[in-house]
Amino acid sequence: MAADPARRPGAFGQIIRTSAFKLSAVYLVIFLIFAVFVLGYIAWNTRRLLDAQITETIETEIAALAEQYRQGGMRRLITIIERRGRQSGSFIYLLVDARGDSITGNAILRVPALQQNPGWTEARFNWPDEPEEVQRLARLRVFVLPSGVRLFVGRDLEERARLNEVIRRARGWSLVMVLLLGGFGAWFVTKRVLARVDAIAASSARIMEGSLSERLPVSNTDDEFDRLAHHLNQMLDRIGELMAGLRELSGNVAHDLRTPLTRLRNGAEESLRKATTLAESREALERAIEESDQLIRIFDALLMIARAEAGNLAQSLQPLAVDEMLSGIAELYEPLAEEAGMPLSVAIEPGLMLRANRELIGQAIANLLDNALKYGKPEPDVPDGTAGIDLAARRAGETIEIAVTDRGAGIPAGDRERVTERFVRLDPSRAQPGFGLGLSLVAAVARLHGGQLRLEDNAPGLRAVLALPALADPGLADPALARGPRLADDRGDASA
Amino acid sequence: MKLLVVEDDQEAGRYLVRALGEAGHVADLATDGEQGLEMALAGAYDVLIIDRMLPKRDGLSLITALRAEKRTVPVLILSALGQVDDRVLGLRAGGDDYLTKPYAFTEALARIEALARRQNPQSAQLTYRVADLELDRLAHRVTRGGEEIPLQPREFRLLEYLMRHAGQVVTRTMLLENVWDYHFDPQTNVIDVHISRLRGKIDRGPGPALLHTVRGAGYMIRDNGR
Repeated sequence: MAADPARRPGAFGQIIRTSAFKLSAVYLVIFLIFAVFVLGYIAWNTRRLLDAQITETIETEIAALAEQYRQGGMRRLITIIERRGRQSGSFIYLLVDARGDSITGNAILRVPALQQNPGWTEARFNWPDEPEEVQRLARLRVFVLPSGVRLFVGRDLEERARLNEVIRRARGWSLVMVLLLGGFGAWFVTKRVLARVDAIAASSARIMEGSLSERLPVSNTDDEFDRLAHHLNQMLDRIGELMAGLRELSGNVAHDLRTPLTRLRNGAEESLRKATTLAESREALERAIEESDQLIRIFDALLMIARAEAGNLAQSLQPLAVDEMLSGIAELYEPLAEEAGMPLSVAIEPGLMLRANRELIGQAIANLLDNALKYGKPEPDVPDGTAGIDLAARRAGETIEIAVTDRGAGIPAGDRERVTERFVRLDPSRAQPGFGLGLSLVAAVARLHGGQLRLEDNAPGLRAVLALPALADPGLADPALARGPRLADDRGDASA
Repeated sequence: MKLLVVEDDQEAGRYLVRALGEAGHVADLATDGEQGLEMALAGAYDVLIIDRMLPKRDGLSLITALRAEKRTVPVLILSALGQVDDRVLGLRAGGDDYLTKPYAFTEALARIEALARRQNPQSAQLTYRVADLELDRLAHRVTRGGEEIPLQPREFRLLEYLMRHAGQVVTRTMLLENVWDYHFDPQTNVIDVHISRLRGKIDRGPGPALLHTVRGAGYMIRDNGR
């Protein structure tokens, strides 16, 4: 994307617009304010400390001078001041008489000495060997002695000024540094985030353009971008699976409908060639209608399987009473089963509830019963009186098992997986009507309801078990049901 | 009967109109939803046959608009969407019956005639009579020639449905939907066995057979002597 020349001029604007940059800028401002505050606080505190120190040293010096004055009077004071004033880095001493003339001292005051009232003050001064332009600031204590003589004792505040200067410079520098580092950091972070986002955007653009197998880049740092990309990749995988399923299904449907369509067309062509009488033509037309009806049924069955497999029927699932449902279907099939010499016996546990689509479950059970009626006739060597079909429903833990059992030839173990595939028929003679879709529909319906179809050996015969998750809280005051959830709790405790 | 077919596919619409005409009905054709609604509001039709997907105004909104005008004329919905929830949607919008395309004409005709009969107030009689066969809905009693015939509850409901539509063809799917309330498709002819049992009970005596099989379509209860 960065290589795209059309977007180049907007690169800076693009960075500024990013949320990462805005966040960095906000942080930068907060940091600046904080830095200025900290520096100001340090400066203010240091200055206070320095002032206190200066005051204290001056006080000590004054105490010493006062002691000398008490012992030796003015003369002693002058001597001391003259001696101490010559030492380097010394205090400022100044003795001025009542008229304002300097008696002795090591500094020249730049303000009229007589205007200085007793107490603490700050005033400008020079050392005598300096040119007049140099202006120094001193902190002074002024005393008026009994003779009207004023004594100034103080210290040069050069140190404090130097400190102020240092702090001012530090403030400037730190401002520049923070701005520089912060700006660079913001730019760097934004650039990095943008790179990740751009990579994801580029990948998704390519995926949208059709390279559906591509996935978003994951950097393995397990950061928020990785998590996002990971989730999006999972979503893409799921979409891919669904699309593959759809592709496979439409391919299958096209293939599966081709055979009966060919048969229909061949039949029509043949009768066009051979039929000479009206009766023959009518018969051919009736056959064609029958064939197309079959085609429609195949189509309906395939659609139903497809819909069940697509799994988007969730909103049509409703609480369903198993005993009511099954006894209804049993009642529907009873006469037919009896006529076929395989009486239907029913054993349904009361109070079982499913969350299911009534039509689909009904169709699935009807398919199982149809199969049992078609293929459940006992082998010739089995003694008479054992023929029959069982329809049973019971609760097994968290699932409800609906079983249709016959006593026919059953399905060889090796074929049980295969018969649930579409259009698989085990009977090579194709003596029974059907398309080989019955069990695939049952399996699809079971999957849709979160369950499964199990084909077991009944020795002899087939036991087809539709195992579906039971409805958790049927809201019925049936003691057998009320026990259900508690059992689950007990098991949970035992494993904990 | 006067019927209105609302179908945008010209060929399918004309075929249905022609076939209904051959069956002795008068059918008009509308080719879009707006025209269909106009004609349905203006004309006195016995049954409307409405395709679900129509230009200008779809079938369901046509029915809703019609019902909002307090028209109770029965509606048969024709649709290429044969899925369970689509049927429920169609009936909820105010349709009375639902038939999936492609359909057999006999099935459509049987349903149209059944709908027209339902509209007839006499259809909800307390007793039905065909020749000397009598069904008393209140007493839950069936007699033929004055002699009581004991029936299972389901057999009673089966006979009740057949007699309510006496003289009309009733298809297997109609029986499955109305007597058993199943909207799926059992592949073997489970209904036939129920019918033959019922027939064994009501047509056992010396009188003429009343319960007939209509080849390629379904069943009909009828007094042949009349």
